[in-house]
Amino acid sequence: MDWSQSLRLVAPEELLSVTGLFLLLGAAWSKGRNDARAVTWLSVLALAVAALFVAPAAFSGLSGARASAFGGLYAGDAFSALAKLLIYAAAGASLLVAPAFFEKARAMRPEYPVLVLLAVAGMGLMVSTTDLLTLYVGLELNSLAAYVLAAFLKNDNRSAEAGLKYFVLGALASGILLFGMSLTYGFTGTTSFAGIAAAMHGGLSNGALFGVVFVLAGLAFKISAVPFHMWTPDVYEGAPTPVTMFFASAPKVAALALTMRVALGAFGSQVSAWQQIVIIVSLMSIIVGALGAIGQQNLKRLLAYSSINNVGFLLIGLAAATPAGASAMLVYLAIYVAMTVGGFVAVLMLKDKDGNQVEALADIAGLSRDRKVLAACFAMVMFSLAGIPPLFGFWGKFVVFQAAVAAGLLPLAVLGIAASVIGAFYYLKVVKVMYFDESSGIAVGKSDWVHQALLALAALFISPLGYLLTKCLGNLANLAAASLFHGA
Amino acid sequence: MAGFPILSLMLAVPLLGALVCLLADARTARLIALGATLIDFALGVMLWCNFDVGGAQWQFTENVPLFAGFSWKLGTDGIALLLIELSVFLMPVCIGASWKSIDKRVGEYMAAFLLMETLMIGVFTAQDLFLFYIFFEAGLIPMYLIIGIWGGADRIYASYKFFLYTLLGSVLMLIAMLWMANEAGTTDIPTLMAYDFPAGAQKWLWLAFFASFAVKMPMWPFHTWLPDAHVQAPTAGSVILAGVLLKMGGYGFIRFSLPMFPEASAYFAPLIFVLSMIAVVVTSLIALVQHDMKKLIAYSSVAHMAIVTVGLFAFNVQGLEGSMIVMLSHGLVSGALFLSVGIIYDRLHTREIDRYGGLAINMPKYALFFMLFTMASVGLPATSGFVGEFLALTGIYQLSSWVALVCGTGIILGAAYMLYLYRRVIFGDQKNADAAAMPDLDLREMLMVVPIALAVLWMGIYPESFLAPMRKDIATLDARLSHARPQGDAQLTIGKPAAAATHETPAHEGAH
Repeated sequence: MDWSQSLRLVAPEELLSVTGLFLLLGAAWSKGRNDARAVTWLSVLALAVAALFVAPAAFSGLSGARASAFGGLYAGDAFSALAKLLIYAAAGASLLVAPAFFEKARAMRPEYPVLVLLAVAGMGLMVSTTDLLTLYVGLELNSLAAYVLAAFLKNDNRSAEAGLKYFVLGALASGILLFGMSLTYGFTGTTSFAGIAAAMHGGLSNGALFGVVFVLAGLAFKISAVPFHMWTPDVYEGAPTPVTMFFASAPKVAALALTMRVALGAFGSQVSAWQQIVIIVSLMSIIVGALGAIGQQNLKRLLAYSSINNVGFLLIGLAAATPAGASAMLVYLAIYVAMTVGGFVAVLMLKDKDGNQVEALADIAGLSRDRKVLAACFAMVMFSLAGIPPLFGFWGKFVVFQAAVAAGLLPLAVLGIAASVIGAFYYLKVVKVMYFDESSGIAVGKSDWVHQALLALAALFISPLGYLLTKCLGNLANLAAASLFHGA
Repeated sequence: MAGFPILSLMLAVPLLGALVCLLADARTARLIALGATLIDFALGVMLWCNFDVGGAQWQFTENVPLFAGFSWKLGTDGIALLLIELSVFLMPVCIGASWKSIDKRVGEYMAAFLLMETLMIGVFTAQDLFLFYIFFEAGLIPMYLIIGIWGGADRIYASYKFFLYTLLGSVLMLIAMLWMANEAGTTDIPTLMAYDFPAGAQKWLWLAFFASFAVKMPMWPFHTWLPDAHVQAPTAGSVILAGVLLKMGGYGFIRFSLPMFPEASAYFAPLIFVLSMIAVVVTSLIALVQHDMKKLIAYSSVAHMAIVTVGLFAFNVQGLEGSMIVMLSHGLVSGALFLSVGIIYDRLHTREIDRYGGLAINMPKYALFFMLFTMASVGLPATSGFVGEFLALTGIYQLSSWVALVCGTGIILGAAYMLYLYRRVIFGDQKNADAAAMPDLDLREMLMVVPIALAVLWMGIYPESFLAPMRKDIATLDARLSHARPQGDAQLTIGKPAAAATHETPAHEGAH
């Protein structure tokens, strides 16, 4: 084992955890909002530096033995590098929008950026894992920080409730996952992904099959796929909006990337064992996500169901179980992160004239007259989430369905895309409320420049100009997918 | 002209105009929109002048591999050329029609229309499967906004219905396209038009495309979104909807379904015929009992589009040419009819037929133009309607005399409902004082109806101008379809040569 290579490969996680600890120490002496802001900016800086660390691996398509660290516990390959870039971008955005929100609620504390940094370090481990133990350590590091984040508004009952719900259900999911992992270990005799794949190659014993099912069920909790989705709307609604934005973007990427690693890596030699599960879960997520959103009156709940719906589409790529499918999922994830950030930043920018947050759908009636640009951007996000061309959200669906069709999963593709029309209904409803209804005159408050800049960036990305990035994005995703399959 | 990206320019001009309109105030937005559409019209004229009739099949081609998975590939043949001309011709008229009647959120309105123009031209010029799909689907967004923001009382319901109906139709087509691209290994439309898909798969692919085009067209029984959308849309919205958007369905059949799946087209032709026959008779009868002028014209559109589908699936040159001319003619005529309704709607704010009457007395010029368009819709010789319907029915007669017979009744019924409409609105007593006090056409309105009237007459008197550019493309398509052509029911046999030799009469020689 080459220590210098191992330490070099885990450099981003080292940087993030050490910075997190130092900032935590510094936070003990902080007073006032300026210190909290400084910690936030330093954390964003740390994320940017970490992104610089991983970028070379993503662009060079690093894979195989040169990407392996600590004797096969960890892989710093192109796949993990691309996933980390997305996670850092999403986390950075969640940090940047936070000060304005928490200062209004008189709850801005430097612990918020620190917790985000620690969660991101955990996610880095999750996407790089090539061993069940690394998987669990990364997942718990992320989850523990996330439970606290959900309950960050100490004086808000809804926030506390969200934290508790997230904790109880998350702990249950971890338990299920751990049970599945122990079965897998018991019946294959190893915790390393490569070893599991080799052991399963000859055939799958019933015990190992149970292991596969439980591991996937535990992971389905984390990606909030139906039927393990019920915590999502409550937690998303109750958690402070910047935290919701964080939950909907970064951990989604991490958990999905982890699911890909487990399904295509560890269980990659027994695709038929889990393909049906993924197909059913995917279709159910699409349909339940779409139907559940229709009756929602709260924008955050609506976006929660939208994220369930999107996970369904992402899983179509996983069901294909091909490098093209994995590459399509990564492209979709990149676009999904931009759409989610755009959507939640837009929700954060909805304020009444006293600067209080507005979250009800009815309150944004006629927004296109009060806040023209904001309404246009939000409408773009909605059409993009619905997958209507020429917006970039269409491209995500396109590549995923392309992979499914190429893998011969025609019925899945046809059902999935037909169900996407149900989803279009509620996205249209938001546009209808903003554009067709008479103005309610509630959401008229101004927002600060950070929000505006982030929204503009996200809107630009999901505008038709985004298609110019398809080649670059496609190349990166192909390299990443190749490294994922190379390791398997 | 070689190498000059005129098609990209035609796409860019309205797009830029749309962006500027979003930021401009009402007056400037109107002027910008008019300017942009006129520039595009000028470019369209240039395009037609430089189109080499009888030259290469695909002209003005551009190909820039900008994206992963598909490319920015544009080009046009004679069929697409004419539909592009129709779009750029109708757009300035639409802007004119909205000049005064739209007074709220003008900038956004004009932007939506200009965006619509870009997307329509994009649909007709795209030579890449997925580029086509993007343009085809993207049109939903501006149209949804146009109906929903500026429409009538029931606009919300109509806008949802329009959007979800057409979306459901199109997504299945996307899956079919993905399968085709996977199977053929290319997304290039001209290549795919010559690719022979396995006969079994063709049927599924055909059905998926049919789901999209039948809704867009619209064919009975998928037409129910159309009357709602038309009635609720503002005048210019109806013009563009009837004039150009419906043609996307017909264009889809002629560009995709027929050349790419000839065997499946032949297999499903009876289905098309049955639906079209029902459409012609049923929607004509429905049109007969309407009290709302826009609804009446909307139902007549469905009937006319059924003639188009019948002609397309006649599998012969006359049928295909006839369908194209019906599409062009219907684009002009129904556009003009919606415009005519809009003109009196702007004055009285009602589309109720009974509220009008005797307009010939106080609006003689209006009565004249309305009569011309009524006659063109009926299919009177010397108007564009006659040429198209005659050719289309000739085409189908060769395949099935029964279908021709039933669809022929559409012309009679068409005359019935159109003339009945005309009598109630234009002739009779001036029973309503406010209708009797309406002023005749002003200059702006004349500028909108006169060009359309001239085009209708031109197409009716000298259709060769419109047939010439597409003749070669239709012949290519006909050749492609020849091996799949179904047997006609007439079973004509050539007489024995011996018999011909004995009956050498002067009349026979006269035929030479």
